[in-house]
Amino acid sequence: MDEIIRIDNLSFCYPDGQQALTDVNLTIYHGETVALIGPNGAGKSTLLLHLNGILRSNGVVRVLGRTIDDKNLRWVRSKVGLVFQNPDDQLFSPTVFEDIAFGPINMGYSEAEVRESVTRTLDWVGMTGYEQRSTHHLSVGEKKRIAIATVLSMAPEILVIDEPTSNLDPRSKWSLIGVLHRLPMTKIVASHDLELVQTLCLRTIIFDHGQVVADSATNHILADIPLLRAHGLAPPEVA
Amino acid sequence: MKHGFLDQYSDLNSFIHKLDPRTKFITTLIFILAVISTPPDRWQAFTLYFFLIATLLLFSKLPIFYVFTRSLVIMPFVLMIAIFIPFFKQGEVVGSYNIWLWQVSVTYTGLQVLINILIKAWLSILSLILLTSTTKLVNLLKGLEQLRMPRVMVMLLSFMYRYIFVLVDEVIRMRQARDSRNFGGKRLWQIRTIGNMIGTLFIRSYERGERVYAAMLARGFDGQSRTLDRLNLRRADAYFGMSFSLVLILTSVVNLLY
Repeated sequence: MDEIIRIDNLSFCYPDGQQALTDVNLTIYHGETVALIGPNGAGKSTLLLHLNGILRSNGVVRVLGRTIDDKNLRWVRSKVGLVFQNPDDQLFSPTVFEDIAFGPINMGYSEAEVRESVTRTLDWVGMTGYEQRSTHHLSVGEKKRIAIATVLSMAPEILVIDEPTSNLDPRSKWSLIGVLHRLPMTKIVASHDLELVQTLCLRTIIFDHGQVVADSATNHILADIPLLRAHGLAPPEVA
Repeated sequence: MKHGFLDQYSDLNSFIHKLDPRTKFITTLIFILAVISTPPDRWQAFTLYFFLIATLLLFSKLPIFYVFTRSLVIMPFVLMIAIFIPFFKQGEVVGSYNIWLWQVSVTYTGLQVLINILIKAWLSILSLILLTSTTKLVNLLKGLEQLRMPRVMVMLLSFMYRYIFVLVDEVIRMRQARDSRNFGGKRLWQIRTIGNMIGTLFIRSYERGERVYAAMLARGFDGQSRTLDRLNLRRADAYFGMSFSLVLILTSVVNLLY
């Protein structure tokens, strides 16, 4: 299988001295859907921010065989689509259309291409006809879908999503999982929603204290209750 | 939570709503210029301005009460600046009072100037209410951009419009959280709580700014802002803009002649 992302010896320390990542090594292969699970504050989001060069530190992140540097940042960001956890951070334009068009316009698409990609991505996430809606009038579930659409419109090869199902009711959650399931590209999903992980991902990585703790097939990891419990991920014991 | 306090009536249907935002913006500007450049004693001109703006407001189908209450918002600011004018202006004295050590007198010209300032401010704010309530903010911003307003400022305004609702929600939630744990307490203590809330809000907004910027970077933002949409001027815009400006210019000319 082709390597699509490769991380060698990545460590990262925030300016306030908090050590977020320690010596992370990770390889993601083409076409995989990988779950990145771990408790709050494990460093998942920090790791994701390294995948398209928003944070950079020592250690090497390779995307499609090329090391991220200043010159290829634009290219990297068109290949790796990063969806943030809070849609109110992701959606910063007054209307849905402008938000989804933001990426394609920055990529230098022509006007016709921009309009076409907006229509296509809205269709992918099941939100056709929402172009002129105001962002602040959408429900959380709708915002999450639009947030994913803003990244899909750039046609990335790798989709990286932080906590896609947080704050969603079960119906919105399952329909969002359906949307994600239909997307053909390589996906990395950070979450602690084990239902999502079980449905969507064949491979699971447990991340805790800024380190990879386990990396294996999802059914293998989800069956290992003591391991999950050690990292605050196990379902409650119901008597 | 839903809010629409900025452009809640922009969905109504009237010929004013359908005008191009640029037409509306420019005519509003001309109107305000005409109003503030009219000499104070030309009450005929002010009556005409009032009828003009009142007619347009009627055409726009905006609720009269809404327009009136909105228009009063500006008054405290105007009063704060203008309230001392009657005391300082030289001229015929209307009344004079002894306040503690000082003798204060109010002059006729001073009062006239004060009332004039209030009228001018009120007429200007009415025209601005007409502009902002009949135009979707998004379209107004697009119009401003095409009128060569610097793109950075347009972006700032559009961020403001996007996040004011998020911020208001945050304030409401913080207040609810405070009220559910508040058992009275001394006034000083309450003020301290409010201070803490403002501080928290500031830090949260600052951090949100960082996250929004990261989200922009993630979609290829490189400091250069680009945009697509073009607005189109229609024939109605030309007619409206021309006739409205003509009336105002005529009034100004008449004012100069007499």
